[in-house]
Amino acid sequence: MAELEQKQTGKKGKKKGRKKMSTRIDLTPMVDLGFLLVTFFMLTTTFSKPQTMEINLPVKPKEEVKPEEENALKASKAFNILICGENKLYWYLGLPHEPIEPLLETNYSADGIRKVLLEKNSNIEDMVVLIKPTNEANYKNVVDILDEMNIDNIKRYALVDITPDDLEEINKLMQGK
Amino acid sequence: MPKVKVPRKSTLIDMTAMCDVAFLLLTFFMLTTQFKSDESVIVDTPSSISEIKLPDTDILNITITADGKVFFNIDNKNFSRERLLTRISEKYPELQFTPEEEKAFVLTGSIGVPLAQLKGYLALEETERKLYPQPGIPMDSTNNELGIWIMQGRLANPNVRITIKGDQAAPWPIVKKVMDTLQDKNVNKFNLITDLEADPNKLKGI
Repeated sequence: MAELEQKQTGKKGKKKGRKKMSTRIDLTPMVDLGFLLVTFFMLTTTFSKPQTMEINLPVKPKEEVKPEEENALKASKAFNILICGENKLYWYLGLPHEPIEPLLETNYSADGIRKVLLEKNSNIEDMVVLIKPTNEANYKNVVDILDEMNIDNIKRYALVDITPDDLEEINKLMQGK
Repeated sequence: MPKVKVPRKSTLIDMTAMCDVAFLLLTFFMLTTQFKSDESVIVDTPSSISEIKLPDTDILNITITADGKVFFNIDNKNFSRERLLTRISEKYPELQFTPEEEKAFVLTGSIGVPLAQLKGYLALEETERKLYPQPGIPMDSTNNELGIWIMQGRLANPNVRITIKGDQAAPWPIVKKVMDTLQDKNVNKFNLITDLEADPNKLKGI
């Protein structure tokens, strides 16, 4: 018995001697690591998916369209936008040689083409906008005008090739300045 | 005056809460992240008010750079890239690809080399490929390779949606040519990738 007791006391003594370890761990390095990874993922992530603008082009006709059919569009309803290089923009109403409203220069701002478009669109029923980019135009100009159609809520518009007549009119206007 | 005894406090702060926050955020970002794809071509897209989001898969993208080069890209859903390359080599028996080149094609991003140079381009090391000056896909009327790519891409993945990602300064004649090529291949509906811009009509309401 006495021996046993002695042993026990001995054990107790040992326990007392050992330093009581705290269960708390210093979490600072772990937090550091956590935030490092957060920063990494924050910088590499792409949140916004790209936006898109949908456009529908007409089906390409198999045969050449007869001129009578092509000119079915009434001259009084044809609003032409001519997109030129150096961010220049012109518009006229009607046909190139006998315009109802002559060629005028405008710009891409809200007071420019948007004002004209909104005014004409409310006055003319079933107005069709013909967008005619020249070879000097860039992609941004065309997208801006297509976007303008969305902003001004114009339902009928078409991307058309520019005609030599249109180019001639622009040259005339430029020389007249 | 009695001395005010300031009790000495430990400078150690309990980091557990902060650690919780850090890992919560970490988990969130890890689950939502989609890595930016390393594109060999950088384009600055124009902006529009359109708010249609683009899906991640089933995309056939045509990139037009500011200097008028055209690049082709298709995502690899259901191994469509592998099938596309197989189709190309079936159509052009002179173009046969090794398994390494096929693997390179699957992993690489946009393609902007003529078909004749494709084999050589894919044989390059990955780092060299990034530096390789890609001339763009030819679109001449006699040799419209873009048309071939579009055709084969659509056959490889019939659900594909065609997008055009053009630089702001991309010349219109090139864009027009791309659109004409698409129309020739009976693709009349496609998407233009743009940045978001505030809608002035909505701004008025605020």
